[in-house]
Amino acid sequence: MARPETASRVGGAEAPAACLAPYGRMLLIRMFEREMHRLFLEGKVHGTTHLSAGQEAVPVGICWELRPDDYVAGTYRGHGHALAKGTDPEPLASEMLGRATGVCGGRAGSMNVIDLEHGLVGCFGIVGGSIAAATGAALSSKRQGRVAAAFFGDGAANHGYFHECLNFAQVLRLPVVFVCENNLYGEFTPMDTVTAGGDIAGRAAGYAMPSATVDGNDLWAVRAAAGEAVERARSGEGPTLLECSTYRHYGHSKSDPAKYRPEGELERWLARDPLDLARSRLLELGVGEHEIKAIEEETRAQMDRAIEAAVSAPYPDPDTERASEFRS
Amino acid sequence: MSELEFRTAVRDAIAEEIERDDSVIFFGEDVAAPGGVFKATPELHDRFGDERVFDTPISELALAGAAFGAAVTGLRPVVEIMFGDFMGLPMDSLVNQSAKFWYVSNEQGSAPLVIRSAVGAGGRFGAMHSQIHASWYQGVPGLKIVCPSSPADAKGLLKSAIRDDNPVIFLEHKRLYSVKGPPPEDETVPLGAATVVRKGTDLTLVSALKGVPDALAAADLLAADGIDVEVIDLRTLRPLDLVTVLRSVAKTNRLAAVEEGPRTGGWASGLLGAVAEEALHDLDDVWTITTDETPVPYSPALEDPFLPSSDSIADSVRARLG
Repeated sequence: MARPETASRVGGAEAPAACLAPYGRMLLIRMFEREMHRLFLEGKVHGTTHLSAGQEAVPVGICWELRPDDYVAGTYRGHGHALAKGTDPEPLASEMLGRATGVCGGRAGSMNVIDLEHGLVGCFGIVGGSIAAATGAALSSKRQGRVAAAFFGDGAANHGYFHECLNFAQVLRLPVVFVCENNLYGEFTPMDTVTAGGDIAGRAAGYAMPSATVDGNDLWAVRAAAGEAVERARSGEGPTLLECSTYRHYGHSKSDPAKYRPEGELERWLARDPLDLARSRLLELGVGEHEIKAIEEETRAQMDRAIEAAVSAPYPDPDTERASEFRS
Repeated sequence: MSELEFRTAVRDAIAEEIERDDSVIFFGEDVAAPGGVFKATPELHDRFGDERVFDTPISELALAGAAFGAAVTGLRPVVEIMFGDFMGLPMDSLVNQSAKFWYVSNEQGSAPLVIRSAVGAGGRFGAMHSQIHASWYQGVPGLKIVCPSSPADAKGLLKSAIRDDNPVIFLEHKRLYSVKGPPPEDETVPLGAATVVRKGTDLTLVSALKGVPDALAAADLLAADGIDVEVIDLRTLRPLDLVTVLRSVAKTNRLAAVEEGPRTGGWASGLLGAVAEEALHDLDDVWTITTDETPVPYSPALEDPFLPSSDSIADSVRARLG
C-alpha cells in the first residue's frame, strides 16, 4: 500500500484520495479472511485459523503511521497484521495453504507468519509473545531511528509478557507502541470476567506511560492515536499503550461457533462495521463513488489473483526440502 | 604466562566481543553497575556505557523476549539470567521464539543471542539456586547449549557463542568461577566439538562443566589402581559431538557419563542411548553417574554426598569393573 512518506499527524491533512489506499488495505484483509474461511471449509487451509474480520481498522490505522522499515509483531490472529504492514496477499495465502511459495515456505502456517522484508518480525501463536518481540525490536529501533509496534489481544493484558515488557520498555524509554486489540473475548471467555479493573489502557498509569482508549473500528481514530504514539516513540520519549475497542465477526478460531455471545451483540457491532464506517467517511471527505468502486474492484482482482496462484502452487517436497537446524 | 581465572575469562570474552562488533550489547539483573552477583562482569559498564551494557528489571521473560526481538532486527544481545534455576521463566521466548525463528521463517533470518547463567550445586544455595538447566533445554531443536569446564574454554566458547548466528544457552558452573588455568591458545573454541582431555584405554568418562575436573581427578585416583581412564569434555550438549565419543568407545569399550543432575531425562542418559544405537557392538558396559531423583538438598551433610565427586566417580568405576 502506498504510504505517504510524510504522513501528517492528527486529522489527515493530505488529499482525501490518499485515504483510498488504507481503505483498500482494510478491504484486502476482509476479503482475505473470507477466502480463508471458505478454503478452510473446503479443507485447503489446515489445522486451525483465527480470522480478524471486523478488526481491520486497527492494524491499518497503526501501519498508516509507520514507515515501511519500521517493525511490527502480530498475533495468531495475524493475517491482518501482515497485510497491513505490506505482506503480499499471494505468498500469505500460499502460506495458509501450506504451499512451497508461502511467505515462510509452508513451514509457518496461519499462526506463525514471519515476513522480515516488510518488518514483520513475527506473528506469535502464544498469547503475549508479540509484546516481547516488539520490545526487543525497539532496542534495535532506538539505534536505527525506527519504531516497533506490538499487536496483542485483551487476553494478553493478563500475561506476564505484558507487565514485564511494559515496565522494561518504559524504564529504557524504548520506541515502541503497544496496541491492544480489545475484542471483548479471550478465546471464549468474556474479557470483563477475567480482567481485573476492566481498563487495560488504565494499566499504563502504573508505569507512568501515556495511553489512550481508542475506537478501534474507526480508521481515522486509530490513525490519530497512532500518529501521536509513533511521534512520541520516534522522538525518544518512549512507549505508549493504545487500547483499541473492536470486535471479531467470526468466533475465536475455526472450531468456535461463538455461541457465548449475548443476543444482539454481533448485530450491534456489525452495524458499526469498520469498512462501512470508512467507506462513508471517504464519501464525506469528498472522494468520489467511482474512485471507491475502482479500488474495490482492484482489490477484488488482486485477491482473486492471489488465491488462484496459491491454490495452484506446489506443496513443499519433503525429498528436496533441505532443512537445517542451525544457521551456519 | 599469567593464569586466567574463569570469571575473568567470561568478562574478557564479553569485553572483546563488544569492542570487536558494534552490534553486541550486554544486559541483565545487576550486571552493569554492580558487575554481576558472581563478579563475572565488573568494569564493563564503565568501559562501554549505557548503550552497550545495562542493568534491567528482574523480568526474565522480558529479558529473553527483548533479546529475541533485538536479535532478529540486527543486534547480538548477550543476556545474563542470574541463576540457571531461573531459566524456567524465559522458556517461552527461548523455546518458541528464538529457537524456532530460523526454521519457521524459512531461513529469512535467525536469532543470534546468548543467555548466560550461573549453574550447579555445592554452594549451599538450596533447591532453587543450585540446578543445571542444560537437560531442560537439550531437546529443543534450534538451540545450542554450551558447558565449559576451564577458563580457556570459557573464553573461547563464549566468544564463539556471541559470534554464532543462532541462540546459544551458555552455562557457567559456580564452583568453577574461581578456578585458574592457562589462557586459551586460539581466539575462539568451536561450538559442537568435544575434546579428549585425558587419553586412556580401559574406560571412557564423559562429562561437562564441573564434572570434567571431577572426572580427571577420578582418573588420577583410578590410575593408582591400574585403571587407565580416557576423559572427554563434551563442551557443547547441543549440537552433541557423538563422533568423538564413539571413537573413544571403539577403543575403551566402556562408557560412563557423569552428570550433575537426575538420570531420568538427563543428557547423560540421552548420550548413552545414542551411543548404544550407533555402536552396541563396541560396548561392554555403559552407565550413568548422576544425582538422586530429588531436588538439591541444602545441608552440607546432605549436599556433598548428593553430588558426583572424584571419589564417588572412582568408587562407581571400581564397583562396575569389579
